[in-house]
Amino acid sequence: MNLRPAFAAATVMLLTAGSAIAECPADATGSVRILSNDFAALAAINERAMSCATSTLTVTANQSTQHTDLQVPALTANPAEYTVKFGANGSMTALLTAGLLRPLDDLVAKYGQDLLPTQLIKIDGKVMAIAFLANAEHFYYREDTLADAGVAIPQTWDDVIAAAEAIRAKGTMQNPIGLAYAPGWELGQGFVNLYLGQDGELFQPGTALPSINNEKGVKALETMKALTGYMGPDYLTWSSDAMAPLLEANTIALTNFWGSEAAEVLPGTERAPTVAPMMRLSAAPKMTGYDHPATTIWWDGFGIAKNIPDADAETTFRVMMHAIAPELAQEHPDLAVWLVKGYVPTPAAQGVIASVQGGAPSYPTVPYMNLIHTAIDDNIVGYMKGEESAQQALADAEAAYSTAAREAGFIQ
Amino acid sequence: MTDTPRAHRPPGSLVALAAGFITIWLIAAALPFVWTAWGSLKVEGDFFSMVSWKDAFFGPRTTALTGSAFTFQAYRDVWIGQEFWRQALNTAVITVGVTAISLTFGTLGGYALARSTARYAFWILIAALVFRAMPGLTLVSGYLLPFFEWNLWGHQWTTIIVLVALNQPFTLWLLHSFFLSIPRDLDEAALIDGCSRLQAFRLVIMPVMWPGVITAGIFSFLVGYSDFVICAMLLREENQTMVPKIIGFLGTTQQPGQVMYSVAATVSVIVPLLVLVLFSQRRIVGGLVSGAVKG
Amino acid sequence: MLIHPARPTHMPHRTFALFILPSMLAMILFIALPLVSVIIQSFHIEHPQVLVQQETCDPFGCKTETRVDAAAMEQLDAAAPQGQYNGIGTYLNSAHLAVSELGTIWAAAPDLSTGLTQTLNLPFYRALLFTLIYTLVVSPVSLALGLLIALAVNVLPRGVRGGVIYLTLLPMIVPSVIGALTLFWMIDQRGIIGAFLQWVTGDDTLSLKASGALAWATLFVHGVWSNAPFVFIVFFAALQTVPRDTTEAAMVDGASRLERLRLVTMPHLAPIATFLMLILVMDNFRVFESIIGLSATAHASSLSSLIFFALRGDTPLFGSAAATSMLTVICIFVLLLPSLRNAWAGFRPKA
Repeated sequence: MNLRPAFAAATVMLLTAGSAIAECPADATGSVRILSNDFAALAAINERAMSCATSTLTVTANQSTQHTDLQVPALTANPAEYTVKFGANGSMTALLTAGLLRPLDDLVAKYGQDLLPTQLIKIDGKVMAIAFLANAEHFYYREDTLADAGVAIPQTWDDVIAAAEAIRAKGTMQNPIGLAYAPGWELGQGFVNLYLGQDGELFQPGTALPSINNEKGVKALETMKALTGYMGPDYLTWSSDAMAPLLEANTIALTNFWGSEAAEVLPGTERAPTVAPMMRLSAAPKMTGYDHPATTIWWDGFGIAKNIPDADAETTFRVMMHAIAPELAQEHPDLAVWLVKGYVPTPAAQGVIASVQGGAPSYPTVPYMNLIHTAIDDNIVGYMKGEESAQQALADAEAAYSTAAREAGFIQ
Repeated sequence: MTDTPRAHRPPGSLVALAAGFITIWLIAAALPFVWTAWGSLKVEGDFFSMVSWKDAFFGPRTTALTGSAFTFQAYRDVWIGQEFWRQALNTAVITVGVTAISLTFGTLGGYALARSTARYAFWILIAALVFRAMPGLTLVSGYLLPFFEWNLWGHQWTTIIVLVALNQPFTLWLLHSFFLSIPRDLDEAALIDGCSRLQAFRLVIMPVMWPGVITAGIFSFLVGYSDFVICAMLLREENQTMVPKIIGFLGTTQQPGQVMYSVAATVSVIVPLLVLVLFSQRRIVGGLVSGAVKG
Repeated sequence: MLIHPARPTHMPHRTFALFILPSMLAMILFIALPLVSVIIQSFHIEHPQVLVQQETCDPFGCKTETRVDAAAMEQLDAAAPQGQYNGIGTYLNSAHLAVSELGTIWAAAPDLSTGLTQTLNLPFYRALLFTLIYTLVVSPVSLALGLLIALAVNVLPRGVRGGVIYLTLLPMIVPSVIGALTLFWMIDQRGIIGAFLQWVTGDDTLSLKASGALAWATLFVHGVWSNAPFVFIVFFAALQTVPRDTTEAAMVDGASRLERLRLVTMPHLAPIATFLMLILVMDNFRVFESIIGLSATAHASSLSSLIFFALRGDTPLFGSAAATSMLTVICIFVLLLPSLRNAWAGFRPKA
């Protein structure tokens, strides 16, 4: 069943009068203990959750950058250290693999009237998590620079290279492209986006064996290498955060980074105030010959721990319903692309929504996805620096992945 | 402690040479910090300017935004807005705890290792070395599950003991080396006079051990104070210490303006150490040592 | 009056035990036992995961994906929580000693240089090379620099020392992650150090972050810069305990300042120097925070950064991290053998 039209419709739906507003559970007892990552959108949700605290109900939140390291041991303990965990599609998989989350179907039936059907994350028919925001890496560009060079808005990555060449020829900027190619995670993400943008299969069907050393893998690598021809020499140290200052310094005009950071380059920002009026957002460019943006869509949501008493689980769910109620999107429309009822997309959300509506795939959540992401990230640097061929780099990545997957038990 | 007699003072040329060398070194050592302190009084656009380093010096955007080339906005935001004083208090608790316990365990153990003539003392030192060689990250990852199961995770005492334990190998070796350099004559004399080992330790050795104890104390203090990995992994948010919080300001996705919180917070945590160093440096330099050893 | 016994007084075992008990207990609980656990972990891998195809629905569509059957895994894990015994398989796999890969490379290599290049392409050996070079460069240089600084500060007038010591200690006091980040901005092409270097070399495109060799050089300089204060403070404290009577006797005998340095001070500092070298080698061999802080992961990897990346993320590889940790400990011991032999020689006469 394709829910994409439903999602698209939901994102432009206006708040209808008469929808129930989730209240904090009155006279609830016990404790709600949240473990989450540490960024502003989650902080807003945690604040709303903590407003439900009473003399009998304690609500605490641990916003930690170490949350991925803590989640499995913390939820394995009985009773679990935390009752609810926020995570992105990738980190939820680890909890699901370890069997640490409980099915939420009954709780959704009882208290989830405000939830959109697209928010329910179903595994094998059971609701295991509730999503509340979406994110993706998409395209940002300087409208004035493109107009000045006489280039149309790039639709494909080849168009991006052509546009960069035109800007360079015009003499405006020497290296107009900026991409987050720092190894550690982002470089691997760059490859995954371009590979999946060609409808590539990362694994041999039905198995955990890798399948990236092929035409599409080579094409993805060659595209990345071609793009670096128009990037500054330090590009192997650039993370997503580095893009806004580079834009502000008038060094780059074409970039691709996270939608959640859009506010940093739009009017009202302190990080890039000079260029903000000229920045435009669009869906991520496609790979030539394919019909959807070459990027992956991520969702963030929450799951409820299994190793806690049912009463705590119910209280936690009700508190979370209040925390992610439609008011959240009304109070903080700029913090994220919310997946809640009544969210009105802001200008900052355009790129993510365009990428979703364009049909970009969601980031795969197979249990061994992280292993191949890491293996790719570790092994393509040599190719990027010109030290080895694309096939060699991909072969190294497959070998590294196979070793890791063997250790993790996915390959025998 | 009398002044160094004139004949023993270093010749002026040597002092000049030393001073020149030290000056070059000090510029290298202090420049990043001085630069950071200077930059903490600017806005992010200047200190992290992608246009030119001169922006951090002159502060054009700071002047544009606040009317003056210097601003304490980042400090206000960090200490009042972000309530950084909570983390400062937590750090004080952890640091004092780690230093006190580490020194107690370490001086007792180091003394025993230095004065023992048995072979097992050597093997204990080797074992301590093996322990020290172990990458800490691997150990801490192993702690998580047992700590959660036994309800030890998140408390300040757990972190203090872990930091003490992980630092013991270093403290034992350092103090044992210092104790070795104190002649056995001193405590032998005390023992012969009828003191127990503990009394000999407390009354005779400790008074002359100040340089070693202070040095070990400084390191224990720094372990508790600048540790990141262990505090980040083992403490609850309300017990969080300063360094993880500073890294947290940088976060997984930088919010506009937050990077200046980490800059201001970094400067804030370093300045009080000036007091610590000035205090301890007098004790190290003081002549308590020479008099006793000579006797 | 002092009596000089022919033999030092023997410390009874019970007294020794009492003195060292608190320290030993802490180390056993938090290092020794986990160490045993790590060793055991390095010989195991995860159970074969039971995979099933399940339909997953997320906000953007439904598809059939491979998932782990958590219930089945629970039973396997309950029966054998350690995982599947793998012997030294993890140590020999391609992410570690890569024994079979090495065999293939050297059987087919036409010449030494191709063989070496391919060997250094293997993750463990690439990391080992950097780690070894880093340790063998940074440790002695830091030791020498710290000693020079300590000797120089010892010569300065008393009043100046306090401020000098404080400023000297700064690289050590500043938490290393913060220090590396500050340096990262300063060495940027548009940062103050980067701009200075471009001016000095006359090369407008010079970038410390772009080239592998320059990135290594930056890491080495950062290593010495942050190690030297630690060496300095230890040597400086030790310089205050140089026995005055020996020094005065030497002066009476007419020894020059340099001779006093060589014959009195240096021997006094020797045990401290051994200790410092041990610590420096151990700490430098475990370098990784500066690689992350200076965003140099593209150009340099160390054994500890391998561990860091193995443990990070959604599927931490505990066995792999454990094996790399044990290999790190073994390598450190190989490096320390000379110093350890000195320490043993210094210990024996007491018995």
